[in-house]
Amino acid sequence: MTQDFVRRLSDTGDSFERSLGIGDKVHLDFTIIILLSIISAYGLLVLYSAVYPNQSAVISQMMKIGFAVLVMVILAQISPIFYQRIAPWLFIAAIFLLVATYLFGTEVNGSRRWLRIPGFVGFQPSEVMKLALPMALASYFHDRHLPPRKRHIFWALIIIIIPTALVVPQPDLGTALIICVSGILVLLLAGIAWKFVFGALGFAVLSAPAVWFLLRDYQQRRILSLIDPERDPLGDGWNIIQSKTAIGSGGLSGKGLFEGTQSHLDFLPESQTDFIIAVLAEEMGFLGVVFLLVMYLLLMGRGIMIAIQAQDTFGRLLTGSITFTFFVYVFVNIAMVSGLLPVVGIPLPLVSYGGTSILTIFAGFGIMMSIHTHKRIML
Amino acid sequence: MGIRVWLVVFAVFIAAVGLEARLGYLYLIEKDFLQDQGDARTIRMERINAHRGMIRDKRGKPMAVSSPVISLVANPKKIIADQGQLLRLSEHLGIPFDEFRKKIDRAQNRDFVYLRRHMPPPDAQKAISLGVQGVFGEKEYHRYYPAGEVSAHVVGITDIDDRGQEGLELAFDQWLAGSSGKKKVLKNLHGEIIRDLMPVEEAIPGRNLDLSIDLRLQFLAYRELKSAIAHYSAASGSIVILDVRTGQILSMVNQPSYNPNNRFILDHATLRNRAVTDQFEPGSTVKPFTVAAALQAGYLVDSEIDTNPGFVRVGDFTVRDPSNRGIINLSQIVALSSQVGISKLALTLNEHSVRELFQNIGFGQDTGFGFPGERTGTLPDHRRWTDIERATFAYGYGLTVTPLQLATAYLTIGSGGIKRDATLLKNPRVSEKRVLDPVIANEIKLMLKSVVDSGTGSKAAIAAYDVAGKTGTVRKIGRAGYEDTAHLAFFAGMTPVDNPLLVGVVLINEPSTKEYGGGAIAAPVFSRVMSSALRVLNIPPKQSLVVAR
Repeated sequence: MTQDFVRRLSDTGDSFERSLGIGDKVHLDFTIIILLSIISAYGLLVLYSAVYPNQSAVISQMMKIGFAVLVMVILAQISPIFYQRIAPWLFIAAIFLLVATYLFGTEVNGSRRWLRIPGFVGFQPSEVMKLALPMALASYFHDRHLPPRKRHIFWALIIIIIPTALVVPQPDLGTALIICVSGILVLLLAGIAWKFVFGALGFAVLSAPAVWFLLRDYQQRRILSLIDPERDPLGDGWNIIQSKTAIGSGGLSGKGLFEGTQSHLDFLPESQTDFIIAVLAEEMGFLGVVFLLVMYLLLMGRGIMIAIQAQDTFGRLLTGSITFTFFVYVFVNIAMVSGLLPVVGIPLPLVSYGGTSILTIFAGFGIMMSIHTHKRIML
Repeated sequence: MGIRVWLVVFAVFIAAVGLEARLGYLYLIEKDFLQDQGDARTIRMERINAHRGMIRDKRGKPMAVSSPVISLVANPKKIIADQGQLLRLSEHLGIPFDEFRKKIDRAQNRDFVYLRRHMPPPDAQKAISLGVQGVFGEKEYHRYYPAGEVSAHVVGITDIDDRGQEGLELAFDQWLAGSSGKKKVLKNLHGEIIRDLMPVEEAIPGRNLDLSIDLRLQFLAYRELKSAIAHYSAASGSIVILDVRTGQILSMVNQPSYNPNNRFILDHATLRNRAVTDQFEPGSTVKPFTVAAALQAGYLVDSEIDTNPGFVRVGDFTVRDPSNRGIINLSQIVALSSQVGISKLALTLNEHSVRELFQNIGFGQDTGFGFPGERTGTLPDHRRWTDIERATFAYGYGLTVTPLQLATAYLTIGSGGIKRDATLLKNPRVSEKRVLDPVIANEIKLMLKSVVDSGTGSKAAIAAYDVAGKTGTVRKIGRAGYEDTAHLAFFAGMTPVDNPLLVGVVLINEPSTKEYGGGAIAAPVFSRVMSSALRVLNIPPKQSLVVAR
């Protein structure tokens, strides 16, 4: 059954009955574009409220989205075969950039994530890796036997571990987590045997106590404050107490835009970036959050459809990974803000203020559209 | 279809439901708790300072007014600013930066520190607009005293927290202060008030206090007193003017005084309202009351006393007049202020009835006036009086009075024997008590007129008005008994004589000029003050002056 999913491609397009519409001619997918527009507009509205009365962040965010859309449209025009071919080289380049970041990166707020090329804008190589890794893995499995053999799984794990290990010490646990998950998702979708899946899960659970001692002090405290935020309410517990308070005091329909007390009176930290969902929750209430979640799920639903309809292993694995990684963003962020997971720096996609993650997300959807709209050229 | 995809989709679905459940839990189950938590963080009770009542004179002129100001306060823990911002703030406040820094650092363990109290609102707004987080304004009231040092002793002062500290500000603090209210406000993390939600308890403004003081008289009395004190290089002095008909204090001034608008005073000696806090031996000014006791005992105004040869031995002491007055009647004793005459007279009287009269007119008694720091004076109550005690008591030694008590005593004469309690209120409860026979009171009044017309008090005369009064020159008690060089100069009197309206007491303490007698230095001050007062109050001059055509 797993094999069904993966192998579909190899036996050409006999099950591929999709008719071609306008979208395919311009290599765009209007469902995705409409959903992205709704979520982005909604996100901008919340951001507008979160930073009110300062509007420069909103304008900057709009420009970033505009640029990201442009990148998405351009990436959608490029044939997936190109992606498949360059994937290994892109991955190797991203590894070099990560190493370069480790050596020459600019330090911001105590972490070294940015690479600044003189005379050129700075960027985060780890963001590039978020796409480069699943592309590389999808490409790796594209012309390998599926389900993967043990040695292929071994090499795939190496491909996953190297970039993850390079991002963790930046330190950027959130991004490392996303990169690792995006790789593991490819592995999972490639159809590794369940015994490996459960074996890995078991290993993870068993090794958790060991991992505890590998964590840095502040990471340990974040986990402790998740269990009991009141142990240091003014320090580590502060964020989580404030965000829970913001969410809970919003009620069913919220206090109204600009009316959130926790967020507007500066009690809520990072209210326009990682914790923006708390602003949304306080001001638009439970219903406002449900609306956003439904939009996210619809977007994912479309992503899954595209994955299923994809014509080759590469497209199928990559689309699946991008889609589910997108959900991991949403899940981890909301779980973190509502006090289910420890605080790791993962933004809420398309809503949190910040350029690099937006660009990566739009780029991902651009590649997804390319996979969906380009007819496979049979050789 | 690959079941694996659907498993992942299923996992996603479960995760999404899990998130919604978590959020729903926060929203629905913990909502009340979290809402309270939210409110607890942002909603604070703030005090609404009540506006303190005005103090006004008899004619409604302000003597103490409160105007809104802003105190700049900070929460040192929450000051978020770069060096430049703090520098600008300290410059704006006019505090050296080091000192400013130290002030904030010292208060690091507290949530609250005043940066500057009572700033004019535009100034404070400018400081707040420098945008240092954790610095904000608090509305308060600042007390201004338009009459300044002229009325400082009567009105008193408040401290910077608007609580009465001296004078009527202290005595009527409850009345003036009102009660502060409370309001709910929304505060942000830095303690700045974002919005007023609602008043929980309205502030009740204080009530105004209307005084019997007439600022016009207050000013002219103060001017005369101040120039007299300067002219005679005296240590201190007081003037009290009473309205005979009501006992109301129209003017009460002291020297030295202070400027109540300047809080960086203070020589505490200048704070005393000497007219009620300082007690002196009244000296000759009590002679009319000794004579009144004699009249009560059956003496007549014409009764004569032989003062030859100008002194008399009483026990081991010798009482002297400046010159031999010969045989003089009671009126002349008062007019010439004869020590010998009054001593001889007193020794014929029952000392207890003299003392009783003194007590009845208020010496040594609580005036019921309630002024902070007020003294009652002392009236000796010996079981057995020696002759010298009886004699000296008769001319005003051995007892002490305040200038206000002396004025109320003279009011009793001016009112025809009715004692009226002195008051500073515009609408007092008048308490009256007859303590002297009207005939005797009138006789005494005429004797006092002769003091001014032909006796020691001639310098108290006022053109076109009759004046009745008595001088007093008292040797002060120093370390070694009565001193030769330290004196008190008194004049106590009333005007017009036919129907006395004003009673006044002038006291000049320790004049250091060659002239030091009451008649020489206190009487002229009385004359100047009263003549102006009569004019200001539109009191008609005596009829006899109207020149026939």
